Amino acid sequence: MLDARDRQLLAHIQLGLPLCARPYQAIGDAIAMPETEVIERLTRLKHLGLIKRLGVIVKHRPLGYNANAMIVWDIPDALIHALGTQLSRYEFVTLCYQRPRLEAWPYNLYCMIHGKDRATVLAQLAQLDSACQLTDFKREILFSRQCFKQRGALYPRASKQRAYG
Amino acid sequence: MDNIDRQIINQLQDGFPVCPAPYQHAAQQLGISEAELLARLQALLADGTLSRFGPLYHAERVGGALTLAAVKVPLERYDEVTDIINAFPEVAHNYQRNHVLNMWFVLATETPAQLQQALADIEQQTGLPVYNMPKINEYFVGLRLEA
Repeated sequence: MLDARDRQLLAHIQLGLPLCARPYQAIGDAIAMPETEVIERLTRLKHLGLIKRLGVIVKHRPLGYNANAMIVWDIPDALIHALGTQLSRYEFVTLCYQRPRLEAWPYNLYCMIHGKDRATVLAQLAQLDSACQLTDFKREILFSRQCFKQRGALYPRASKQRAYG
Repeated sequence: MDNIDRQIINQLQDGFPVCPAPYQHAAQQLGISEAELLARLQALLADGTLSRFGPLYHAERVGGALTLAAVKVPLERYDEVTDIINAFPEVAHNYQRNHVLNMWFVLATETPAQLQQALADIEQQTGLPVYNMPKINEYFVGLRLEA
């Protein structure tokens, strides 16, 4: 699905697009690729979902999203897909994943609610509880207290990619 | 941050155009000039409101590996363990949460083998067991924050 040129392009733009009138031309100049090809490849990578989003990547806290709750549930396997799908439709649910239960941590459904304050987040959670009938399941709410590091996952550097290209 | 900054953030979290003059195109939709959009993006990056202006990759599909991990860190060791774990370039973010399982971080590597190695190295350097919770399924949501 990805060729060596795609990988080179992804690695080159991972930290950001150039802030200039012709950013795709500037990228092309840097990696010896015509602007039209940069545009074609990026369009295709977006369609394939390899680039999930392109644009501003915000930090939560400067925007006032100070309450960030991770809620975990132990949901019977037979119900998890339906419930995960249902939860992910709520606008305030910002991430929703199934993860493996561990012996000391028996939860398999994870969802994040990013909100401006705890009271709002708890009210939203109560809304999920009643609409999705979640109160029978064991769960925990983990609010974040401090963010020590936030950056995007970095794509492998161009120099290390040849082995995979 | 004023209303125009908010509009920029709300409109450009997705859908930044892929065309020869994308800033001009986006600026027209926002009703400002291209020069103003570029200057405002620069300012939002400089003051830390934005962490990046660019792509968000689907890590697994571009060949990388990703997991969510957690450690029960004794409070008296919290700063020390934070320093050890954040020193790993594989650690993408790290949050303290109000639970005995109190340190939660995301690891991203090029390959699954490197992920296992990083988990083992973290256990070895901290002397603490690491809970590894890789994703099995993602229920799609659009992570979009209203500014």
